[in-house]
Amino acid sequence: MAAAKRPALPVILLANDLLDGDVVFATGDAHGLCWSRDPGAALIGHDEATADRLDAFAAAELGGQRVVDAYLVDVAVEGGVPVPRHYRERMKTTGPSVRRDLGKQADLPLAEAFTRTAFARA
Amino acid sequence: MYRYDEFDERFVRERVAQFRDQVGRRLSGALTEDEFKPLRLKNGVYLQLHAYMLRIAVPYGTLSARQMRQLALIGERYDRGYGHFTTRTNLQFNWPKLRDIPDILDLLADVEMHAIQTSGNCIRNVTADHFAGVAPDEIEDPRPTAELIRQWSSLHPEFDYLPRKFKIAVTGAAHDRAVIKAHDIGLRILRHPDTNEIGYEVVVGGGLGRTPMIGKTVREFLPKADLLAYLEAIMRVYNLEGRRDNKYKARVKILVHEIGTAEFSRRVEEEFARLDGPSVNADPAEVARIAAYFAPPAYEALPATSGAFETAKAGNPDFARWVETNVTPHRQQGYAAATISLKPIGAPPGDASSAQMRLVADLAEAFSLSEIRVTHAQNLVLPHVKLSDLFALWQRLGEAGLATANAGLITDIIACPGLDYCALATARSIPIAQAVAKRFADPARQKEIGVLNVKISGCINACGHHHVGHIGILGLEKRGIESYQITLGGDATETAAIGEILGPGLAAEDVPDAIERIVSVYLAQRRAGESFIDNVRRIGLAPFKAAFQEASHAVA
Ligand code: HEM
Ligand code: SF4
Repeated sequence: MAAAKRPALPVILLANDLLDGDVVFATGDAHGLCWSRDPGAALIGHDEATADRLDAFAAAELGGQRVVDAYLVDVAVEGGVPVPRHYRERMKTTGPSVRRDLGKQADLPLAEAFTRTAFARA
Repeated sequence: MYRYDEFDERFVRERVAQFRDQVGRRLSGALTEDEFKPLRLKNGVYLQLHAYMLRIAVPYGTLSARQMRQLALIGERYDRGYGHFTTRTNLQFNWPKLRDIPDILDLLADVEMHAIQTSGNCIRNVTADHFAGVAPDEIEDPRPTAELIRQWSSLHPEFDYLPRKFKIAVTGAAHDRAVIKAHDIGLRILRHPDTNEIGYEVVVGGGLGRTPMIGKTVREFLPKADLLAYLEAIMRVYNLEGRRDNKYKARVKILVHEIGTAEFSRRVEEEFARLDGPSVNADPAEVARIAAYFAPPAYEALPATSGAFETAKAGNPDFARWVETNVTPHRQQGYAAATISLKPIGAPPGDASSAQMRLVADLAEAFSLSEIRVTHAQNLVLPHVKLSDLFALWQRLGEAGLATANAGLITDIIACPGLDYCALATARSIPIAQAVAKRFADPARQKEIGVLNVKISGCINACGHHHVGHIGILGLEKRGIESYQITLGGDATETAAIGEILGPGLAAEDVPDAIERIVSVYLAQRRAGESFIDNVRRIGLAPFKAAFQEASHAVA
């Protein structure tokens, strides 16, 4: 599911780790990018140049056989933390809403915040 | 139960070795994802939202205690301590790591199991009536037929690249518990009205998904011996004419629909006449060898009633209620089949923890001649329980939260994994099932409502059978919000029907109210003894639509 059309800014890059399948987020600084399991650590692309950089990283990492299903996701920044605008991708940052003991929400305190915003209605 | 012969054993082991090598090459970078994906899918490995998923075949829903115990072990060692039983009577693990999957497949092979042909455009795991060999209304056990088809279709070179996935279900009973009319091919074992000979009614072109269709009978009576040649003829017509240009039109149901049942039937008969039947049909000795594995187990000669059982029922209303809903008559005197509900109120339908799987394995050994069945309704069955053991069984189940008395009732809800796990989902389905089950949790109310199938899918693919639910719920996305479409009047049995849409989509929190309204119409309008689905058929959709519309604040 490579991104056919770039979503609206700001964006983050997410993927699944090839070996583990776990959802990972591109993180880093001006010097380089790498992957983190923590959605709160995701590098937020506020401008086209950063989004380009994330795109290029996705292509390189897919090619390098380190991740699968890498694509950019549009986010809202809430309290400095990127929250995907679409509920499907929010689910990827939390874990199953019916098993709060599993997925990122289980061991990453930050994800708790996502869970609340993502599925307040449930 | 069927036991692998040397060929089966070698085949499965070779496949594990091949897949181990393929995973190795994927991890080394020698295979790209595009190259690897078809290979992993052939071995039941999907990528979902949070992780990989492994789908393990449970052929015709029959499991031994030993196999169940191995599944429990895999869940514990390589997953998160639970698995999900599906409408195709398979088991899905939601969190395996790719690097571990070859080891998991080896553990499966140790107990004669695998994940082959649980995905991809091939003939999938063949399903059957979960009361096979047990049901009093059965003409013949459908499992030897299903096993024969499994052997014939496994790695059949001609059917390895079909236009689309292909699902076959078999029932040997008058009452269809295997949803055969929603399968690409449905087989019903019957007796010829004149000769009394056993044969098959052959139904083709059923299917759910984007374009739901009820299967059409293409052959009223097929002699048993001709089964494989006839199936081969169907597959050839489909393989040749089925569309490969558009995956939404590639299922055999579309072909049958487009050219018509009569023409489809004509082409199949033509092909059937042309092909060399004897070279395709199974050797009678092989058919007999397979059938022998399914011979009735060593039952004890028991009286038709059990004093201890009757006393337990009389003294314990909860037990009596469980017997009423979850215990089914057995063809063997003194025995019964017990349904273990995987729908405790508020739990994800079809999920079982490793501890529960292990308990079910123990109970199968203690009380059911080591046999277990998986049902398309995402429950388990212990098929051969002595009446005198039912009370002890129920007590042990109760200790593990497995004695919910709701089989076939409104809280026995089928739900696909939906957006909580599935990458294709447009909405969640499990939380809807949980909310509806909680709303109707009161046992007295459930009993009053009677048989009512609620089926929920998280997208149009319809893995949760919503089209054939008495009440179907389909999760969609409407302007960035989950929205649920309700259908009414579906039927998964021999009187199969596709439900009709009641009105505009609802927000998740409005679904239980809408179901409540629908049920109220039924309770107000039913005649004595009339079931929900019979009531819908008699009074039509209009009164339900009216009540529904009052309730719906549509997600406009
Ligand atoms: C990774 C998870 C899954 C994927 C990718 C998937 C994919 C699909 C797709 C694409 C279809 C539509 C086929 C068509 O219209 O031609 C479908 C149908 C179906 N699937 Fe699934 N599914 C998944 C999980 C499940 C589960 C968990 C179950 C059982 C609970 C299931 C059982 C079925 C059934 C019964 C149908 C409808 C029957 C038919 O094939 O027409 N699937 N699935
Ligand atoms: S119906 Fe849709 S959401 Fe549910 S399991 Fe199937 S593909 Fe996934």
